[in-house]
Amino acid sequence: MRGVAAAALVLGLLAAAPALTDRTAVLNWLFLVLLHVGIAQSWNLLAGFGGQVNLGHAAFFGLGAVVARVLWLGGMGVPWALLGGVAAAGAAGLVIGAPSLRLRGAYFAIGTLALAEILRITFANAMPNVSALTAAQLGAYTLAPRYYLALLLAAGATAAAWGFSTSRFGLGLAAIREDEDVAAAIGIPTFRQKLLALLASTVFAGLAGGVFAYYHLSFYPSFAFSPIWTFDALLITFLGGVGTVWGPVAGAAFFVLVREALALRLAELHLLIFGALFVAVVVALPGGLMQAGAALGRRRGPRARGPAPPPRPRDTSTRSPC
Amino acid sequence: MIVVQNVVFGALVGGLYGVAAVGLALVFGVLKMLNVSHGELIMLGGYLSVWLFSLWGLDPFASLAVSGPVLFLVGAALYLGLFGRLVPLHDEEKLKNSILIGFGLALILQVLAILAWTADERAIPTAYAGQVWRVGPVVVPLARLAAFAVGFVALGGLHLFLNRTDPGRAIRATAEDWQAAALMGVSVRRTYLYAFGLGSALAGVSGTLVSIADAISPSIGLPWTLKALIVVVLAGLGSIFGTFVAGVGLGVAESLSAFFLGGVYREVVGLVLFLVVLAVRPSGLFGRA
Repeated sequence: MRGVAAAALVLGLLAAAPALTDRTAVLNWLFLVLLHVGIAQSWNLLAGFGGQVNLGHAAFFGLGAVVARVLWLGGMGVPWALLGGVAAAGAAGLVIGAPSLRLRGAYFAIGTLALAEILRITFANAMPNVSALTAAQLGAYTLAPRYYLALLLAAGATAAAWGFSTSRFGLGLAAIREDEDVAAAIGIPTFRQKLLALLASTVFAGLAGGVFAYYHLSFYPSFAFSPIWTFDALLITFLGGVGTVWGPVAGAAFFVLVREALALRLAELHLLIFGALFVAVVVALPGGLMQAGAALGRRRGPRARGPAPPPRPRDTSTRSPC
Repeated sequence: MIVVQNVVFGALVGGLYGVAAVGLALVFGVLKMLNVSHGELIMLGGYLSVWLFSLWGLDPFASLAVSGPVLFLVGAALYLGLFGRLVPLHDEEKLKNSILIGFGLALILQVLAILAWTADERAIPTAYAGQVWRVGPVVVPLARLAAFAVGFVALGGLHLFLNRTDPGRAIRATAEDWQAAALMGVSVRRTYLYAFGLGSALAGVSGTLVSIADAISPSIGLPWTLKALIVVVLAGLGSIFGTFVAGVGLGVAESLSAFFLGGVYREVVGLVLFLVVLAVRPSGLFGRA
């Protein structure tokens, strides 16, 4: 109950932010955090809860962005344009997931990686020009609606993650993540569950793309497919704690803060630092900030509650040497 | 005739896809890890040759003798520092974490390359770069033909190494069943190290071969990783020459689709082939599993 109250309080404060401050720098920063919560949380839905590594998250983000942008600038209402982007991203998810999620191993990771890069190259060729707002649209531009959309995105994706962490569906996903053979043996429809989780993941990624397209004054369509979006999703999720509800939220706040601080001075170097940080977290601290914080809390006193117990040791019959 | 020309050109490029894919497949087959920074290792091999040429005028074919061993050492260092830590993990966990590490590593190597050599494209202007061999109406670029041949010979050497030498047999035995190999006295850890080094050395060789006919830039890594991955999926594991043939096939398919459908769709062919193979024959066209 305390968790729900805290979440409601944060949500209330964030919803009131445009009324509390008229400093656009603060709102822009909050917007970026919320957008990155959406990007990372949507990745976390499938990879964190279901264990399927998607290396082409940029494909779904990019499709959402470009389709929503084209529809919006073509004169369609914003909700319909966003819906169009979401539909395109979800459809692409089904196209790549239907054959590759039937199989185990690396096929899904390879397929999504290929999809993102191919879409990037294809869109760079097919839509080489920058997409910019017209003077009339610039005149009507206000930050508040963009901000609320991003809040809706972040809250929706996090609510979905919360649902995954408590529901029967989510427990099935966790079983698939831990051991797919066992999951199948106890009657979980593994392929259907994975595909549904992918659909949820791509729908929120497409919405994140749409929010990005609605926010930015100008961008190259191929930029929305850049592998950097996938990397941001992975980094934020792993920094915060993969497979947790609040990890991507904490990770996004930390990531945007550090990136804005570093990018002013060290344009290329901040990518290097984040890359090294990501590899270090994957190798050394797979639980991310949430686990580190929990460990710290446990050391301080008995009142602190850890979010998740450490992973159980697996059966050792298939272990490799050493 | 222009179709034949496209086939020839695609096959010459595709041979390099094959060499790149064999390095990736070697690591995957033996360690059960997928190194998605393989393309960045290819990029490093290419830059090494560009460097040796611009500093000392060393011919790229001669710099193969440098890029192979240097990338072997880079691969060994990556194994000892990063990928080797995953060895104790459960199979699926190991595969997943190797993919994640490779993804982060790809970004790191790309940024390092931008810092070291800037984002500009670098090419090697050899004296023979523009020379061609005319067979009737078809034009065969000599440098690409030689790169293709060298790549084929390198794979032949790998085939002999894996089949005729003790370390090679140890690698094959470990790939098939590491527990049985360990019981026969094979040092599995050392075999993993050699296999990762060898796979990276093949990336270095591919990089040098790429630099002979094409420009090198920090962003070529991901496209090369993808070509190699798609070829591995097409070919399945277990056959060096099957992988080479699949590489040539992908090169020809790309080249023909660029010709018939327009250049925009060149890259889409690989993905379509990938999806079709997954739906129809997931163990690959030449696969045994």
